[in-house]
Amino acid sequence: MTTETLKPSIWAFANPTRFMGFANKAIPVLATITLGLLAIGLWMSFNAPEDYQQGYTVLIMFIHVPAAWLAMMSYSVMCFSAIGTIVWRHPLADVSLRSAAPLGAMFTILALATGSLWGKPMWGTWWEWDARMTSVLVLLIIYLGLIALSKAFEEPSEAALPLAVMTLTGAPLLPIIKFSVDWWNTLHQPASVSRFERPAMSAEFLYPLLIMAIAYMAIFFTLHLMAMRNEILARRIRTLKMQAARKPAKGDA
Amino acid sequence: MFALLKREISLSVRAGGGALTGVLFFLAVVSVFPFAVGPDTKLLSHLAPAILWIGALLASLLGLDRLFAQEREDGSLDILVMQPHPLPLTIFVKACAHWLMTGLPLVMATPLFGIMLNLSPLGIGATMITLLAGTPAISFIGVVGAAVSVKLPRGGMLISILVLPLVIPILIFGVAAITGALEDPAPFTAPFLFVCAITLFTSVLGPLAASIMLRHSAD
Repeated sequence: MTTETLKPSIWAFANPTRFMGFANKAIPVLATITLGLLAIGLWMSFNAPEDYQQGYTVLIMFIHVPAAWLAMMSYSVMCFSAIGTIVWRHPLADVSLRSAAPLGAMFTILALATGSLWGKPMWGTWWEWDARMTSVLVLLIIYLGLIALSKAFEEPSEAALPLAVMTLTGAPLLPIIKFSVDWWNTLHQPASVSRFERPAMSAEFLYPLLIMAIAYMAIFFTLHLMAMRNEILARRIRTLKMQAARKPAKGDA
Repeated sequence: MFALLKREISLSVRAGGGALTGVLFFLAVVSVFPFAVGPDTKLLSHLAPAILWIGALLASLLGLDRLFAQEREDGSLDILVMQPHPLPLTIFVKACAHWLMTGLPLVMATPLFGIMLNLSPLGIGATMITLLAGTPAISFIGVVGAAVSVKLPRGGMLISILVLPLVIPILIFGVAAITGALEDPAPFTAPFLFVCAITLFTSVLGPLAASIMLRHSAD
């Protein structure tokens, strides 16, 4: 009895009502944290000093880099959800996977767009077929393909396994994106934060960047929970509609 | 297993199975390029490896949507799933049959198209070897796409969208190996070994992933 209360397993949330209760409580809290962190992060970003080479365009970094990180994190969340679907058939895993896909696609588009805006003044080109950019573009195509696949089935529950299998099939792309700057020495600069040694970035740029990254993560989890809640509600409406449609047929017979 | 291979091959050879459609499509794609970029032989011979690879890639995607869908319609898919043999092995054989009927003819047709595109004999040889090593991977990744969309009434376009981004690495290393063979500083062996590695890797994981999917859709 006590073990049950001590260890809240993820199976507790297999019950959608319980998950909805959790989501209803968590979303306002997360949203507040998000707004606070975003405000602090943006304020710190705008007060960051001008870069001696890049001038004010370095500010784009505070939007671009966290977006690129989140684009990859969203896919990781989808991969974990896919494992949850395939191995445990957890009912929420599919909902989570589906809700994360559009968010990931948006972060990817944001990363590509801001990167393009940053690349024009710095590299003198909007777009270059460089290893990092190309692999992120492939990630975007995979996101869009998965979204298309999730919409292609008439019965949402039938899409769960195909989506999970296809998501995991695309998973090898994540390390390719991460290491593309090291393997192919093309235009995009290599990692300067996530290294084993000290980050190659001075503190006045690093702290706003990290706070922006946490703020982005908070945005993701807020929107993800909201999307999951919407997905569950949409499925309930669908079930109710189906039931309503079946009723008169029963009355006839 | 051999019986299955024989069945697959005879199905695609006889009665509009489409064994030759792939090569025809390949020819169509390849001959469209000179119209688009102009009949400049120098430019064409420079682009030839890329054109041949893209043509092979697109042609290999052709028959994928019918790979499992047809058998699901006539019910033989359930029999395949319920066989005593391990299901990934069955799917592996099906993927091999798909490759023998689409990939291999393309490799055979490559010298002809290579000459048409003014590719040097060395380039033709390199293209043939990389295609021989790389096109099976397209079939092995393709069976995942085919299994995923087996229940979809109109899955053809969707398979291409899902499978194409996943086969890009093969294209990159395949074309890189041909460039390596033709131009001196670039290496041939390393990218070629990558192509072989991807093929071996997908030959195990592709049928496995497809079998998870098919087992689910059978019940």
